[in-house]
Amino acid sequence: MHRLIAWLLLLAIVILPPNARADGLDDAYEKLAASAGAISTASFDSVRQGVEELALSGDPRAADVIGALHDGMLYANDDHVLFIQQPDGHYADARTGKPAPDVTDDDVKSVRVNNAIRGAIDGALGSLQLFAPDAPARLQAASAVFVSHDPAALPALDKALAKETDPAVKQRMEQAKAAALLSDPDAGQAAKLAAVETLKARGDQDSRSLLSALAGQTGPVADAAGAAVVSIDHILQMWSVAQSIFYGLSLGSVLLLAAAGLAITFGVMGVINMAHGEMVMIGAYVTFVVQQLMHTYLPSLYGISLPVAVPVAFLVSGGVGVVVERSLIRWLYGRPLETLLATWGLSLVLQQIVRSLFGANNQDVDTPGWMSGAYRLGGLTLTWNRLYIILFAFLVIAALMAALRYTPLGLRMRAVTQNRRMAAAMGIRTPWIDAMTFGLGSGVAGIAGVALSQIDNVSPNLGQGYIIDSFMVVVFGGVGNLWGTTLGALTLGIVNKFLEPVAGAVLGKIVVLVLLILFVQRNPRGMFPLKGRAVEA
Amino acid sequence: MSLDEPILSRRGLGRLGVAAATLAAVGAVKAATSPAQAQAAGGTIKVGILHSLSGTMAISETTLKDVMLMLIEQQNKKGGLLGKKLEAVVVDPASNWPLFAEKARQLISVDKCAAVFGCWTSVSRKSVLPVFEELNGILFYPVQYEGQECSRNVFYTGAAPNQQAIPAVDYLMKEGKVKRWVLAGTDYVYPRTTNQILEAYLKLKGVAPDDIMINYTPFGQSDWQNIVSSIKKFGSAGKKTAVVSTINGDANVPFYKELGNQGIKATDIPVVAFSVGEEELAGVDTKPLLGHLAAWNYFESVDTKENKAFIKEWKAFTKNPKRTTNDPMEAHYIGFNMWVKGVEKAGTTDPDAVIEALIGVTVPNLSGGYSALMPNHHITKPVLIGEIQADGQFNVVSETPGLVVAQEWSPYVADTKDLIGDWRAPMKCGAYNVKTGTCTAGKKA
Repeated sequence: MHRLIAWLLLLAIVILPPNARADGLDDAYEKLAASAGAISTASFDSVRQGVEELALSGDPRAADVIGALHDGMLYANDDHVLFIQQPDGHYADARTGKPAPDVTDDDVKSVRVNNAIRGAIDGALGSLQLFAPDAPARLQAASAVFVSHDPAALPALDKALAKETDPAVKQRMEQAKAAALLSDPDAGQAAKLAAVETLKARGDQDSRSLLSALAGQTGPVADAAGAAVVSIDHILQMWSVAQSIFYGLSLGSVLLLAAAGLAITFGVMGVINMAHGEMVMIGAYVTFVVQQLMHTYLPSLYGISLPVAVPVAFLVSGGVGVVVERSLIRWLYGRPLETLLATWGLSLVLQQIVRSLFGANNQDVDTPGWMSGAYRLGGLTLTWNRLYIILFAFLVIAALMAALRYTPLGLRMRAVTQNRRMAAAMGIRTPWIDAMTFGLGSGVAGIAGVALSQIDNVSPNLGQGYIIDSFMVVVFGGVGNLWGTTLGALTLGIVNKFLEPVAGAVLGKIVVLVLLILFVQRNPRGMFPLKGRAVEA
Repeated sequence: MSLDEPILSRRGLGRLGVAAATLAAVGAVKAATSPAQAQAAGGTIKVGILHSLSGTMAISETTLKDVMLMLIEQQNKKGGLLGKKLEAVVVDPASNWPLFAEKARQLISVDKCAAVFGCWTSVSRKSVLPVFEELNGILFYPVQYEGQECSRNVFYTGAAPNQQAIPAVDYLMKEGKVKRWVLAGTDYVYPRTTNQILEAYLKLKGVAPDDIMINYTPFGQSDWQNIVSSIKKFGSAGKKTAVVSTINGDANVPFYKELGNQGIKATDIPVVAFSVGEEELAGVDTKPLLGHLAAWNYFESVDTKENKAFIKEWKAFTKNPKRTTNDPMEAHYIGFNMWVKGVEKAGTTDPDAVIEALIGVTVPNLSGGYSALMPNHHITKPVLIGEIQADGQFNVVSETPGLVVAQEWSPYVADTKDLIGDWRAPMKCGAYNVKTGTCTAGKKA
């Protein structure tokens, strides 16, 4: 309705002489300024109208003012003069853009924005952007209009469609037009039926949402919409299976990352390391510190802070691992219960150290732009951070396998775990190999921490959430077998994600745990048990 | 799959270890506060602080310990209370619910604290409740909670459901024109009770059962992909949809991250949260969260003189210009000042006298008004709805015109709709059934 008024105003702007237009502009600014500091339905309505009028006024300052409003930087004083707060904290007159050095924080009140206004801002800027010179901006504008699907945008859409040459943008605009037509009470039945077909062809959740709003009514359009909803549901159902597999893979890759280090320390060395989670946590904190340092000293390279953090986290966590092995664990070999208690105590100590150093609060680890958002593939939503983590997990596991197989250190590690005495007799310094192996496992845990900092809280408790899962994965996959760990992690991830929608998150986990216990009862050595004399020993 | 069940078993396994570590931690804290103890050896009034300084809840509760230390320090600068210095006794219950009860017992019977300020989760409050009732202590509980409780020994300075949840739902119905509701929460007593009340309320308002989806997740849930996409699916039924979130603690950050990544904006499906404050947002990139809502009785961005002074003192006290303030901190601010007034009014720290004196005490809150302690041991509060801004602060978009009086027993739940709590003489009952005229629980002569 407000949009309708706004378009009438646009008409008025075109017809009326210039001085009347200036009045309209004054009016729009007045609507914004008068509502400063107020929070009521009336004040928000007034701001929304002001935005819509301003967007259509063609005033060159309009984009800046609306942008400032969107960011919460628009203020007004008691005389209804609008100011924009600059990034340095000073103010500038909103209508002229000139600095206003005398204005202080106490003189002005902010013009408040709520979701309805934000929607109006997106829609208003969207319909203006339909004529932007570059195609991506037009595509985005068409999407914005699709979301707002306001019939008032129809004339603008028709004009934009007539000019449009880019097929992708054109398609999006047609979808936006269809969406707007469906919510237009004056549109003819034939046009609406065509619009239903357009949305049915688009076939995603947004279209379903628009169509199902119609499906409750009566008439041929409603029937067509109802049929379209059924057909879209059918398609979405198929996509949802693929989506669950992706979610499962993603959860599996997180489990794999968390468990990879443990597959070395517990799987290969047999140390029940309850402080494994804390190695992961240290890796996450290293990411935080690296980001802070790069932000201060190397701001130009800040975008690649995550890749930089990977080797640093490996070295720091690995170093901590070596120190722990030399000072604590080596005295406890062959005494699993003592190892368990000592490393459990160690995990508490490490947590408290981090808590004392960094505080109990979560630390803000930035997600780089290339890891935010999602990639849409048909009906699939593949979030970038998860995609990268899946990729990263496989890289880490491949590197780890290569290190064990092809490096001299890997060869010695395998020799020591298979037959310690024989290895010693061959001149391998077994204590040194133990320290290095434990360091390697801890270092891999640190790398996992870098990845987990992107999807979880960087807090001293980070590791606690992963320790049990990691043991589960290693035991399920078969102790001492990296392939088993990989397959175990992915299986657990996918099973969990298929159970979750059916059983709910809480029950789903219980079911997985029960299944796992039953499985381990039957196959105590996991999916891929190691064979050979070392096992019997 | 970050499972909590196994953590519990691990906890069982390592309880000894936890206890030992906690003892050590408490020892350290005590050592740190001992100079104050020595200096005020003569007449002191002890104030117990029962907040977790380690474990999962440390993220939220450490701040409350700090704010209590600040308030006590300020009161001592003003000359103490009844001519005596106040002395803080800090213990660390380590996010371990049974340990809360042990520590509470220690604070009341060993340290002889005149009042205890503490607890965050409802389960910790439930754990200490019998201790306070048995030993006749005084607990100030600063966190918004599910209601359905009214103990003689507890003063609830956080919001009851009608001071937070119900106004938030009303706001979304009226301003957001929301017709479909997702009630998402962490699986424990506060979200379950709140959602039970909300579900009854929504049905009363004519929302069809099909338009309500309830989802629970374990503590510390970090993989939200499925749940967010099912919310998205639920929201594609052609009616405006909103999420009412009682998700607690650490799980919020990954939840909001997933919302942002899957492209759910506040203009599509707004999320209104009851447990997300400035502190929780401190570890999040808030740009994708722009416009999601929270309902509280206080925001750091509240523009009043009292609040600005409080924030300034807080930053000076913590020597950290980045520290944020939040709603439970304001609750402790109000609760502490009420206790001080109550003790002055009673002229003694004797619990019975103070409990009597506290009812009716009125102190300024930080949002420019006065909060009063009602006979049901809850306080009056304004209700604010804020939208998340890009800088991690909240922009207030709605404020109740006056103060809201707490309903400790929900009128929307069949079992409790006839109950009231009134600790004044002659009723002196925490759960008085107005239909039958009997006191069903919590009677104390």
